[in-house]
Amino acid sequence: MTATRPADRGTAAPPTRGLVEQHRRLPRFAFPALFLLGVLLGVALSAVTGFSIVLAAIYGVVLGTLAVYVVSRGVEGSRKSLDRLVTSVVTTAFAVAMVPLVSLVWTVLSRGLKRLDGEFFNSSMVGIVGEGGGAYHAIFGTLIITGITAVISVPIGLLTAIYLVEYGTGRLKRWITFLVDVMTGIPSIVAGLFAFALFAIFFGPGIRLGIMGAIALSVLMIPVVVRSSEEVLKLVPNELREAAYALGVPKWRTIVKVVLPTAIAGLATGVTLAVARVIGETAPLLITVGIINGTNLDPFSGRMATLPVFAYYQLTQPGFPPEYAIDRAWTAALILIILVMALNVVGRLISRFFAPKTGR
Amino acid sequence: MTLASAPPETPRPPETPGPKRRIGDRVFAGSATGAGVLILLVLAGVAIFLISEAWPAVTAPSGDIPGGEGLSGYIAPLIFGTLLAAIIALVIATPLAVAIALYITYYAPRRLATVMGYVIDLLAAIPSVVYGFWGIAALAPALVPFYAWAEEHLGFIPLFAGPASPTGRTMFTAGVMLAVMILPIISAISREVFSQVPALHREAALALGATRWEMIRMAVLPYGKSGVIGGAMLGLGRALGETLAIAIVLSASGGITFNLISSSNPSTIAANIALQFPESTGLDVNTLIASGLALFVITLAVNMLARWIVNRRADFSGAN
Repeated sequence: MTATRPADRGTAAPPTRGLVEQHRRLPRFAFPALFLLGVLLGVALSAVTGFSIVLAAIYGVVLGTLAVYVVSRGVEGSRKSLDRLVTSVVTTAFAVAMVPLVSLVWTVLSRGLKRLDGEFFNSSMVGIVGEGGGAYHAIFGTLIITGITAVISVPIGLLTAIYLVEYGTGRLKRWITFLVDVMTGIPSIVAGLFAFALFAIFFGPGIRLGIMGAIALSVLMIPVVVRSSEEVLKLVPNELREAAYALGVPKWRTIVKVVLPTAIAGLATGVTLAVARVIGETAPLLITVGIINGTNLDPFSGRMATLPVFAYYQLTQPGFPPEYAIDRAWTAALILIILVMALNVVGRLISRFFAPKTGR
Repeated sequence: MTLASAPPETPRPPETPGPKRRIGDRVFAGSATGAGVLILLVLAGVAIFLISEAWPAVTAPSGDIPGGEGLSGYIAPLIFGTLLAAIIALVIATPLAVAIALYITYYAPRRLATVMGYVIDLLAAIPSVVYGFWGIAALAPALVPFYAWAEEHLGFIPLFAGPASPTGRTMFTAGVMLAVMILPIISAISREVFSQVPALHREAALALGATRWEMIRMAVLPYGKSGVIGGAMLGLGRALGETLAIAIVLSASGGITFNLISSSNPSTIAANIALQFPESTGLDVNTLIASGLALFVITLAVNMLARWIVNRRADFSGAN
């Protein structure tokens, strides 16, 4: 009874109009064909006005969309045509977003492959003017500093997440959650300035140490670890905890033996992605660690070289002749991208293959 | 939740549990709480150490500050440049990010959608310095013809007054690059809220005969609005603090101008620090730290506002 009423109020017209639309629908292949027609027209137009790929793409997409819209409006009515218009606008937006990614990967690959050789991996920049040289010192510097960062950040971040999920109550929990969120947004350069200011107060303003860089990166990494671990720990079903409590297991053992093993895959993914986030950070290292030509593997004494800073200086201060340094810069950028992408892929794979079987 | 918080209360009455348990629990609870409190201390520490190192620049006579016009005269153009670049990025990125999020959640084939999500997330993972490389080597040259065209045909708008930069290292290029960098952040959060729209709302709209776009307009967008706003604010926070990409791409010469396509642009706070810091000593360092403090305060305010907006939505959606 009640179900019929809304239809009544809408008068008899809409259903019939809907029926008519059903009949007037164009076949499925019509729209891709129309779009293609528009694209061809656009390419032709750009060919007339002096050909360029960018203009051809813009004209083509605009005209193709327009063709679909106009025909659809004529045949199927305004509502349907608007839907088609939005579909092609949204799809175009996605394609546009792909352009920078493809362009970036292509640029870095085409310029970086040139120096991706053995020498790049096993020589430093000591005594190098012009050709040759490599990033051995910078690669190890990055690995060491990132390693220390992980050693500092993972326990703190994990314990904080455990606090937030298992222990935290009331105002302190709310404040920590909020401030972790806020901390996620700290600009990386400010984290660098913080580490610098911290050490400058005790050791004077000229201080540059690997450990300063690790502390700066920790400020950036901790909130990421907290956020991802917190999400994962929340997913551990409460039944598991309750079962452990029911068996008389104390809370801390429940966490260590039940909660953490269940969530381990997610935690590993979170940590991997967090490492991927900080491994490419440049600004804080530029301020706190500086750059050096030789190999310094001791984070507690003097400047160190790191891959991102190395890339930055090779590009912006190439010396003479510049082309060799610029090649090295691009190769360093390529290695950075490979590192970051590999970490991302590993992280996703961990969570896919080692996800807990919760039996749901 | 109530069950999870019950066990720590049980050890309190002395009769029930053994003393060993109490110690293990206390140590573990203590270290977890300690780690949480440490985060509060770190954030406070960031503020305190920055203030203490910036203080000499605040109290110094205005003639000693680089530029000779005092601290506010030094920082003001930098703040202007920071905001300008971030706002250009936001204006470009937000509509695009919303469209991408809609595409992935409601248009793309299901199987492809997850992969597309990963691909967009990869954009967020690329280091800032690599964006800078790409910006100066690919993006800036690609935009040069556009600048020439804009100067000729849009020159009456002050934004495009020119003279057009021959290298393309302009404020507009920096803004486009920032837009690419914050796109994945905004679209990730938009995607999340769009996919949380209750199926009942969507199905109800479709059942009433709405087209897909009408369903999105009436069910998805109203539900996701505050999430999109919050995501945009988070993107703004990232854009404000972006350092090396801008330091590499922007050819900065100081001064406040709205002209987006010429080769003299205001620098941004973060880029200015990265460019000046390695060669600075004495009061210059304090001045740069003072400008960093200003950036910290701005991003803190933006992020707090963003989180407040996003969390307000979380409370709201948790209710139904």
